[in-house]
Amino acid sequence: MALVTESKKACTVNPLKMSQPLGAAYAFMGLEACMPLMHGSQGCTSFGVVLLVRHFKEAIPLQTTAMNETTTVLGGFDNLEKAILNIRTRARPRVIAVCSTGLTETKGDDVQGHFALVRQRHPEVLDTELVYVSTPDYQGAFQDGWARAVTALVAQIPAPHSPRREQAVNVLPGSHLTPGDLEEIGEIIEAFGLEPTFVPDVSGSLDGHIPDAWLGTTLGGSSLEAMRALGGARHTLAIGEQMRQAAATLQTRCGVPYTLFDRLTGLDATDALVRELMRLSGRPAPARLRRQRSQLVDAMLDGHFHFGHVKIALAAEPDLLWAAGSFLAEMGAELGACVTTTASPLLERMPAGEVVIGDLEDFERLAQAGGCDMLMTHSHGRQAAERLGKPLYRLGIPSFDRIGNAHRCMVGYRGTRRFLDEVGNLLIDRIPRHGPDAWPLPAASLAAAQAPAAADVDARIARRQRPDEELAAASA
Amino acid sequence: MSSSLNARIAQVFDEPGCDVNRAKGDKARKTGCTRQLTPGAAAGGCAFDGAKIALQPIVDVAHLVHGPIACEGNSWDNRQSASSGPQTYRTGFTTDIDELDVVYGGEKRLFRAIREIAERVKPPAIFVYQTCVTAMIGDDVEAVCKRASEKFGLPVIPVDAPGFAGPKNLGNKLGAEALLDHVIGTIEPPTATPYDINIIGEYNLSGELWQVKPLLDALGIRIRSCICGDGRYREIAGAHRARANMVVCSKSMINVATRMQQRWGIPYFEGSFYGIGDMSATLREIARLLVERGADAALQDRTEALVACEEQRAWERIRAYRERLAGQRVLLVTGGVKSWSVVSALQEAGLEVVGTSVKKSTDEDKQRILEIMGDDAHMIDDLSPREMYAMLRDARADIMLSGGRSQFVALKARMPWMDINQERHHAFAGYEGMVTLIAEIDRALFNPVWREVRRPAPWEAAAQPDPVAA
Repeated sequence: MALVTESKKACTVNPLKMSQPLGAAYAFMGLEACMPLMHGSQGCTSFGVVLLVRHFKEAIPLQTTAMNETTTVLGGFDNLEKAILNIRTRARPRVIAVCSTGLTETKGDDVQGHFALVRQRHPEVLDTELVYVSTPDYQGAFQDGWARAVTALVAQIPAPHSPRREQAVNVLPGSHLTPGDLEEIGEIIEAFGLEPTFVPDVSGSLDGHIPDAWLGTTLGGSSLEAMRALGGARHTLAIGEQMRQAAATLQTRCGVPYTLFDRLTGLDATDALVRELMRLSGRPAPARLRRQRSQLVDAMLDGHFHFGHVKIALAAEPDLLWAAGSFLAEMGAELGACVTTTASPLLERMPAGEVVIGDLEDFERLAQAGGCDMLMTHSHGRQAAERLGKPLYRLGIPSFDRIGNAHRCMVGYRGTRRFLDEVGNLLIDRIPRHGPDAWPLPAASLAAAQAPAAADVDARIARRQRPDEELAAASA
Repeated sequence: MSSSLNARIAQVFDEPGCDVNRAKGDKARKTGCTRQLTPGAAAGGCAFDGAKIALQPIVDVAHLVHGPIACEGNSWDNRQSASSGPQTYRTGFTTDIDELDVVYGGEKRLFRAIREIAERVKPPAIFVYQTCVTAMIGDDVEAVCKRASEKFGLPVIPVDAPGFAGPKNLGNKLGAEALLDHVIGTIEPPTATPYDINIIGEYNLSGELWQVKPLLDALGIRIRSCICGDGRYREIAGAHRARANMVVCSKSMINVATRMQQRWGIPYFEGSFYGIGDMSATLREIARLLVERGADAALQDRTEALVACEEQRAWERIRAYRERLAGQRVLLVTGGVKSWSVVSALQEAGLEVVGTSVKKSTDEDKQRILEIMGDDAHMIDDLSPREMYAMLRDARADIMLSGGRSQFVALKARMPWMDINQERHHAFAGYEGMVTLIAEIDRALFNPVWREVRRPAPWEAAAQPDPVAA
């Protein structure tokens, strides 16, 4: 439905996009006892750490091979080897997951080859799983890095033949799902007596819990054992279009069929998941879910007054754009501006006139041109919101000026309702409080009214009635 | 790394203003002051990060990052450096190069990006930052800047500090070099008075400069330029007409001061706005230098009067917290000047400093700690997160003051924590700032939330008392 265009500017102004390696590193943070390692200059890692710390308010395990100009020229093997050995002795992770950066990709380091050599020279490293994903900075965006990382994981770790477990279901979540989202999805699946395994599982590591001891690695997430046994599951649920390749890779490797859900935000979208779970488990939907569905329907009825004809400017990575945008459209809102970071087959299906692959400058311009009432993007939209004088609903990473980001949830019946409530409340705040000068009279009227009798004239001018006023008038 | 960058780094390391550097032999000096990084165990930003931090506070210019999206996209607009006017510096500009640029070179894209900024934003200058990838593929940022300057008729300043050149601290200096090479001394200011100073290495985090400026205003001292907090391009370009320079805190931008002394004979001193004694010493030193260079001698008397009055007011306000704070133990995990400059204020408020980390402190800093605290028992060289956690959990401290990086060590131990490094939102400079610091510690320590989070869960055996609650 939408026309997809790419911004033609040479200069990206106020980036919406974050880099591929950061998305990959974030995926690796959903593995248990893992130390993600960026193969590049220390700045690549430092920026990533700061960004994720500010979003999650958590210690972020992320190391760097600390490449300098000499090691870049001579090749990164020495640094990679030292980093692996250092991390192994200091943090004792079970997995060291390496992603490349623009620096090392430009040089062309053969990391898989380096791994082989490290294992050969240091057999003790064999007790640590080494994973590598190629993620040059100058290609793709955050969600592409995540997708590549998960694909790399399922292409390497699962045993090709695992004992079959009838109740086991694999879940491959996209990068747009929060730890809170994963918890919600897990609860829904378990309600059908199925046993989900999430890969990656940031709800185990970045959900903001208090660990019993100080750990240098990730605090939880998908365990190696669980990942090795993925092939024994009866089915894979992939969530987000970005996970298609990972799910297909797992099917090719282990023969587990998959179903892809392009979103789980919205009534219909959640119904699709529930139907699939009923099919897989052979069980009816539990009473609790039925109740939640009913609550969502009620909330949508209550909330639709505030969404109808409201113009929302939305900027997010494709899968999040699709999930939020589709639901907002279902609620009656118009997507006055849609900006995203990278290509996706979902973009042309967006319920909007145009989707621009661009930056927050494009977003601000389109939001203003489209007369949008509300902006919806990550925290970097705050400057645009200030300049345009519009409310900003923070959506996506980074939301550094908000707390509780890990526990936000906008999937399933409950999560959709929460999202609806939050946006609806912000829209209620937007209802303008008019001052005495809100409806000035035109000069001609003023000139005409300069007689002393002006005080007796009703100075109010007729306004279009709001839908609720119309209702009241009709029922009166 | 290009030969010009190498030469510039060598020049930066030849630093007469740095005692550490002077004490070294010729050979050691050449290797520079950067520690070799440990792959797999390194933390902190790169040279690009450092250059950007140093220069970004120039608020009216456009800062354009030439490189892939990571360098700007992952880091932009994330500091609290405040502006009293223009917001241009907070706009993230980057060329966001793609694969084709890597193969064919990104110079054309850079040139077009500069054109777009010049035409649409019309800033007084554009700063262009080199990064790893564009340095590696050989993009000649200096040549592009030179050409763009001529073409668009505005200064386009190359900042040659790619990430792999070294750590953040080196980047601060390389950023400063760009100012020395291309900015300072390029514009003659319309007026100059005997009361003009520059403040170097102050970033106006959370508006701290404005806690100090009223004091200078009251004395009739004019800040000719601040390098670079709330800085304006034209002010910094005319900085060479100031009578004295103050270098704030760390040695991160001392090369600006030493070079300005060599070129224009402007004397400088190193001072600090953190801590009451330091604030007073700084005011006195500014007055002394200005009088030496032609200001009215009465300035020094007026300064003394102001200092006496302000100090008394600050101490009185801090003493008000004494009763509540007496005996509370503070663990100070920071570096350099702050490892000692806030200690006297903490002590005056009745707080006991149980430890201060000296990992990033110089010998001089350590000497000051000795003077203030009496012995070196409280100096902690390199505190690992695990040790910090243990210290807090075992209740050897009641509150930790540190940077954002170690905050979770405290919070996971269910202990109060307060940010005293650059990401914080409170301003702690001058007399006013020290009172704020104490007030904030008081607020953090006596928040009822601590009692709540330490209560055992109903299913936990009451037989295991929390070590912290004891």
